[in-house]
Amino acid sequence: MSEVVRIAIVGSGPSGLSAAAHAAAKGLSHVLLEKTDHLSDTIFRYQKGKHVMATPSQLVLRSDCDFAAGKRETILKQWNEDAAKAGVNVRYNSEVKAITGAKGDFTLTLANNDTVRAENVVLAIGTQGNPNLMRCEGAPLPHVQYQLDDPAEYIDEHIFVFGGGDAGIENALGLCADQAQGNVVTLVNRSADFARAKDANVKGIMQARDTGRMTILTETTPSLIETGWITVETPQGTARHKCDRIIARMGSNPPRKFVEAAGIAFTSDAPSAFPQLSPTFEGTAPGIYVIGALAGYPLIKHCMNQGHDVVEYICGATDLKPADEPILEAKLAHLPGKLSVADWLEFLRSRVEILYGLSSLQMREFLLDSEVKAFRKGEVIFERNGVGSSLFGIAQGSVLVEVDPKDPKITVPIPAGSIFGEVGLISGRRRGATIRAGEDCIVVEIPRTGALKLMAQVAEARETVNRITTERQILQIFKSGLTPADLAEVLPEAQTMEVKAGQPIMSEGDEGDDLFIIRSGSMIVEKMVGGKNVFLSYVPAGSYSGEMALLDGGRRTATVKAAIRSQVVRLPGEPFRRLLEKKPALLKRMREEVASRRKVNAFVEEQKDSFGGVVDMYSSVASFLIDQGLGEATDVLLIDESLCVGCDNCEKACADSHEGLSRLNREAGKTYAQIHVPTSCRHCEHPYCMTDCPPNAIQRGPDGEVFISDACIGCGNCQRNCPYDVIQMDKPPPEKPGLMAWMLFGMGPGPGEPDKAWREKQPKAKVEKGKVAIKCDMCIGKAGGPACVRACPTGAAIRVSPEEFLSVALLERG
Amino acid sequence: MAAARGKTQRRRTATHESFLRHGRFLFLRAALILCAAAITAYILQKPIPRPSGGTALGYVLGTIGALLIVWLALLGIRKRAITAGHYSLKAWVSAHVYLGLSLIVVATLHTGFQFGWNVHTLAYGLMLLVIVSGAIGVWAYATLPRTLSDNRGETTRKQMLAQIASLDEQILEAAQPLSRQNADIVRLSLEETDLGGGFWRRLLARYGDCANGQALSKIGGALRGASGPEAVALAKVEDLMQRKAEALALARRQMHITAMLEAWLFVHVPATFALLAALTAHIVSVFLYW
Repeated sequence: MSEVVRIAIVGSGPSGLSAAAHAAAKGLSHVLLEKTDHLSDTIFRYQKGKHVMATPSQLVLRSDCDFAAGKRETILKQWNEDAAKAGVNVRYNSEVKAITGAKGDFTLTLANNDTVRAENVVLAIGTQGNPNLMRCEGAPLPHVQYQLDDPAEYIDEHIFVFGGGDAGIENALGLCADQAQGNVVTLVNRSADFARAKDANVKGIMQARDTGRMTILTETTPSLIETGWITVETPQGTARHKCDRIIARMGSNPPRKFVEAAGIAFTSDAPSAFPQLSPTFEGTAPGIYVIGALAGYPLIKHCMNQGHDVVEYICGATDLKPADEPILEAKLAHLPGKLSVADWLEFLRSRVEILYGLSSLQMREFLLDSEVKAFRKGEVIFERNGVGSSLFGIAQGSVLVEVDPKDPKITVPIPAGSIFGEVGLISGRRRGATIRAGEDCIVVEIPRTGALKLMAQVAEARETVNRITTERQILQIFKSGLTPADLAEVLPEAQTMEVKAGQPIMSEGDEGDDLFIIRSGSMIVEKMVGGKNVFLSYVPAGSYSGEMALLDGGRRTATVKAAIRSQVVRLPGEPFRRLLEKKPALLKRMREEVASRRKVNAFVEEQKDSFGGVVDMYSSVASFLIDQGLGEATDVLLIDESLCVGCDNCEKACADSHEGLSRLNREAGKTYAQIHVPTSCRHCEHPYCMTDCPPNAIQRGPDGEVFISDACIGCGNCQRNCPYDVIQMDKPPPEKPGLMAWMLFGMGPGPGEPDKAWREKQPKAKVEKGKVAIKCDMCIGKAGGPACVRACPTGAAIRVSPEEFLSVALLERG
Repeated sequence: MAAARGKTQRRRTATHESFLRHGRFLFLRAALILCAAAITAYILQKPIPRPSGGTALGYVLGTIGALLIVWLALLGIRKRAITAGHYSLKAWVSAHVYLGLSLIVVATLHTGFQFGWNVHTLAYGLMLLVIVSGAIGVWAYATLPRTLSDNRGETTRKQMLAQIASLDEQILEAAQPLSRQNADIVRLSLEETDLGGGFWRRLLARYGDCANGQALSKIGGALRGASGPEAVALAKVEDLMQRKAEALALARRQMHITAMLEAWLFVHVPATFALLAALTAHIVSVFLYW
């Protein structure tokens, strides 16, 4: 074929097809090259009957092909008709192997060695041909597949679906949709939430789980695949399950080699990086344009708009605005400088470190969710203890952190390019410090869900956030006037490690002088005394371990292992020792710490000689409490059963402090050695309930209390996510007569939660309130503190934080 | 207490101390000081014609005693009024116990050891009744919780009831093949078993006439004379009734201990109201007929 077409379009998916249809409509000479024998292979290979969505809904569709949310079959039929009607010149079974030449005369070599010549090339090949592979042992086994064509093919199988994106979710839903198939379906997600998936899909799997059709494992990774079995690592430990088939839908990456061979450079070396593009989708090789998923845009509507736009650009259009332009223009109008939308996008992308890895197209979508704000020098951006969990990136200027609540003059600067507000992303805590603009500055505010999505999608953003939070956490732990510059030598060698529950980070008697920082989770310290493992102490997140061997040399004096799944940062001993030499204040601090830990060790050993039983009891009570979730708690209600007379005044006080509903079940829960852990919120450091709250109604109060605000919509996600069963769905009962009216005249049901019979007898409220999630809020805002403790007549009810309670105090109690 | 921005001043923790040891025996010390002061004053005074409620010291001790009694009685309201500010019911109970006991000294010295058959001595006697019943309460609170906890283990009240209900269903199911005569024995267990009974029964734990127990022994008898499918069904029913007997025993022990924890209150609280009435009569009569 020697004819040179104006545009050769590679790939007939939504973007390629839309481009071809527009080229045909404009009467341009073109050819649409499709690898298979049908249009749009990615959609074609969707599950039969799959409902295809059309998001973002506010975006206007600009294409010669039609598209609306609907069944896979309807959409494919529509597109076939549109292509035929527009007169698209399709060439099927034409896989392009190489692209050579330059703008004006490209030669595309096909798999059968035919060639196609074109002035311009539009690459619209997507990423589906290049899926991410399973990496654990056993991954090459034949029952591991990366595609699911027809879920109806499988019957009576134990199937594990890996991936928390839409593809994985839809496969899992398809496999368990028909119960007659008898499949046992488990959906496994590496992270705690499903930030990348569409809302409707997330609701779908939650419903499937609640009706028992599907099991969902979050924060879980595979470790071993065998024929018939799979072993996974969950936050609670290792588990082996029956498994006949594995469907891995863990995303896909651009077919980099092919694209780079055509002369297109990528934004970075990360495997998930996208091609570097101009605002007109032109790559670094002039004349080659990249659109669709390969350009970083997985959404069909965007892809189709790009197909239309790219043809316009090739025809020389310069004033064509993307379809989302008006929305973004309105968002950016208030900023000083009056730049164009494209310039603002580039301004932010090139200046904020976590956005470096985004293409200008991803930037557009990202900005639809985010806000760009300008602050004058000295203006407050947020205040200490303010509510908010968004992440900020500094595009211009710098901000000042007021580190000392007593003296606002003591500040630490954060320079342009960096981020702040990251603490809220992790534990939902309130703002830890007031932040002011150090000079006139421009910041981009990313809502928590948007930031989580960004971190899930862009590996570089995730790494940047992790690096910055690690550095800040280390500075905060060691204090002693350390600055980021001091850590310059230590940090590059730092290594972040995930530790499973029960896995040791150091063992008694081992060589080693590395220091471990506990980023999340917690550790317990044990020592062999008289042939038995004795619990020594508890190390919460935000603390460190391993300093004894570091300072004094010698072997490890105790074993430190994870109480729950934790993340630790390993700092190598040698550079850290050099840092200590330079910083006597830090050395002094650590020496003091070591002295107090030695005291505890000595005390325990001494007790062991005199009355061994007490130490055994101490160890076993400590491990019982760790099993009850104290390892991730910040504040938990315990009941000393040797004092509890069972009056239930704690429950009554709870109900009377909270619209008549008790958030505590005194009797339920485990007991060991007269210590009872009732069913009541532990206010986890990393709350499970918070991971998937659509209205973001679960927040942390100033004292660390995790509470549910009035924004609750009653979806029940938190109740399902809580592993301790402390959240209930209920509606507040009608108001009851006061205490004196009850005491003197017997009116109403008396103190405590009114019984059902009384509730039903009351006249119905005019506006019936729906059920909402109810849980302990530690009596937030009440000056006296938690009512359960105040109202206990014998001192049986106590609230403790694990680091206070799991200490020698427990041993002294005997 | 307004929560200042940046820091809250909420109390969050309570020390792990029982009501008896509260504040390192703060109220025991206070009560001992009160008693010591009252005794010293009593010894040092030179009353004419003799020690009585009508002397200066008598008035002082009487006023302290009356105010204490009224304040001690307010515990009933304090316990139930869940206010938002800081208070510790444990501290109140601790004070209630020790200051209540100190009344023995304060009120006795107030009487000047003058007793008779009148409303004044009635008030004194009622006060002693309240104090003695309260002391029994302290003993119960200090010793019984461990037994209560050990008895139930991790079983809740609801679970105990659910277990008995579930066993009843299983017994009914298993009894289907039985003859009329044996079915009547099963009905005895299903229909006549009284779980707890009245307060006295619970307090004394007298369950010798338990319908399930009777049915169990009758079934044992029937089983000895039975054969074939009837014997198989009877054996199954006997096993289930035995388990029901164990479940009943657990629940009844729990109710028994709870009753012991509450029994003293049935004296303590009514006697308190009687005391308040007698005290009012005592004060009014003293001032009217003096």
